[in-house]
Amino acid sequence: MTKKLIIEHLNAWFGSVQALKDINLNIEENSVTAVIGPSGCGKTTFVRCLNRIHEVVDNARISGKVLLDGEDIYASTSDPVLVRRRIGMVFQKPNPFPTMSIFDNVAAGIRLNGIKKKNEIADAVERSIKMAALWDEVKDKLYKSATALSGGQQQRLCIARTIAVEPEVILMDEPASALDPISTAHIEELMQQIKDKYTIVIVTHNMQQAARVSDYTGFFLLGELIEFSKTPDMFTNPGDKRTEDYITGRFG
Amino acid sequence: MKSLRYFKRRTINNTIFFLSYASAVIGVAILLLILLYTVIKGASAINLDFFIKLPRPTGVPGGGIANALVGTFMVVGIASAIAIPVGVMAGIYLSEFGNNKFAPFIRYLADVLNSIPSIVTGVVAYVFVVLPMHRFSALAGGVALSIMMIPIITRTSEELIRMVPDTIREAALALGTPQWKVIIFIVLRTAAAGIATGVMLAVARVGGETAPLLFTAFNNSFMSVRPDQPISTMTVLIYNYASSPYADWNAMAWGAAFVLIVIVLIANIVSKIFTKTKYAL
Ligand SMILES: Nc1ncnc2c1ncn2[C@@H]1O[C@H](COP(=O)(O)OP(=O)(O)OP(=O)(O)O)[C@@H](O)[C@H]1O
Ligand SMILES: [Mg+2]
Repeated sequence: MTKKLIIEHLNAWFGSVQALKDINLNIEENSVTAVIGPSGCGKTTFVRCLNRIHEVVDNARISGKVLLDGEDIYASTSDPVLVRRRIGMVFQKPNPFPTMSIFDNVAAGIRLNGIKKKNEIADAVERSIKMAALWDEVKDKLYKSATALSGGQQQRLCIARTIAVEPEVILMDEPASALDPISTAHIEELMQQIKDKYTIVIVTHNMQQAARVSDYTGFFLLGELIEFSKTPDMFTNPGDKRTEDYITGRFG
Repeated sequence: MKSLRYFKRRTINNTIFFLSYASAVIGVAILLLILLYTVIKGASAINLDFFIKLPRPTGVPGGGIANALVGTFMVVGIASAIAIPVGVMAGIYLSEFGNNKFAPFIRYLADVLNSIPSIVTGVVAYVFVVLPMHRFSALAGGVALSIMMIPIITRTSEELIRMVPDTIREAALALGTPQWKVIIFIVLRTAAAGIATGVMLAVARVGGETAPLLFTAFNNSFMSVRPDQPISTMTVLIYNYASSPYADWNAMAWGAAFVLIVIVLIANIVSKIFTKTKYAL
């Protein structure tokens, strides 16, 4: 087992409000790590710190280290563009490019990274949409506007867009919150399929989902990491009373 | 008691409705009157020759305004070539990098520029282009009009680029895209329909200007497509012909006015179509 990401003493602020407090944890390569916790506890902020998207918000800042393959992504010599190329992200709210077709949305990242060969792009687009379990629904309207898709379809489109650039780590912020059970099952299947090549971090509100798909789980509360352990351990034998209360639904 | 209050309220309602309705009717009626009058007076002057022939001396029938038509497109074209890049880039600066002390100053400057009387922009172009070149020119006219277009395009571009949600920028950044590519290929593209609307409105606005052209582009009785030479434009032609004592020239002025209104109308309609495309924000 190798550690893909090592997070050390990570703090994050929005202005004077501290959203993350001294987070320490390791993310194993080729595993699925689930991040759980009540609304507002800092899950989104946490994953946004892992690909340097947190810092694009006005007045947002961080301290601490995030080591990707042993190198600090926040080092002064580190280029956020290259970090984000290696660590992709699916956002909590679907955000397809509104003026682009379905095809162009998925192709956007590849094209922006400089790939020009038509058939190479077309192959990557088809492969990514298939992996995101969206192909059958859009294969006849690839050149229609992406905004004409349903919310759940848009979210899968965003997953396809992220997969298409083949990052090493994929951060998924509640990717299934707008999906029906069938698409959710597809996405969970996808995670199992690709985790031998990628490293996945998934934020979820759904305990069953965390238990089903993840190898490790971190429980956040009020900006702190309360507990981090192997998923089966967390769900059968939580080490902290607050974790137990939360996963058994007794939490206020 | 209750019915009296109801009666009062209904009367006020009706009065206000009637007043606003009447104002709208008056506004539309004036517009229609101008259009109708121009059509009646101008349509008779319009035929194929009107578009493809050069002006003739008064009394000689069969002249046209071909040179003025070409000239207006040239001068507005030159103005757009200057104002679109400058205006859009200023708009990008204000919306994407406008979080500093300098930006409000630029914004204020654009608003001041926007309210400067158009004849003043003509004077500016006269001093900075006509005098150094020692002659009137299409270029000088274009510069004068571009001074009017830049603030319009700057402010509309800023607004429309600002309307692009941050989530779209984040989506592009998260794909590992450098910021300049995000701005050009994602943000600008998302705002493109709106920016095009602003450009068309600016074109429609300056296409009808006479004052800044009088001592910049000046006039030319012949067909010219040279940017360094004086050039005829529709508005200056209308000004000259309408104020002449000759009935046939007056009729030509009406015809040209009609054509100009149609061109400005088309520019406005095209801008409306841009905003309605499925790719508009
Ligand atoms: N842009 C922002 N500006 C200021 N404060 C913010 C901003 N975004 C989030 N916060 C605050 O940071 C804290 C953590 O928010 P975050 O979005 O990470 O929560 P979350 O765990 O993802 O919640 P949810 O489950 O509802 O998505 C919250 O208290 C929130 O109010
Ligand atoms: Mg969240």
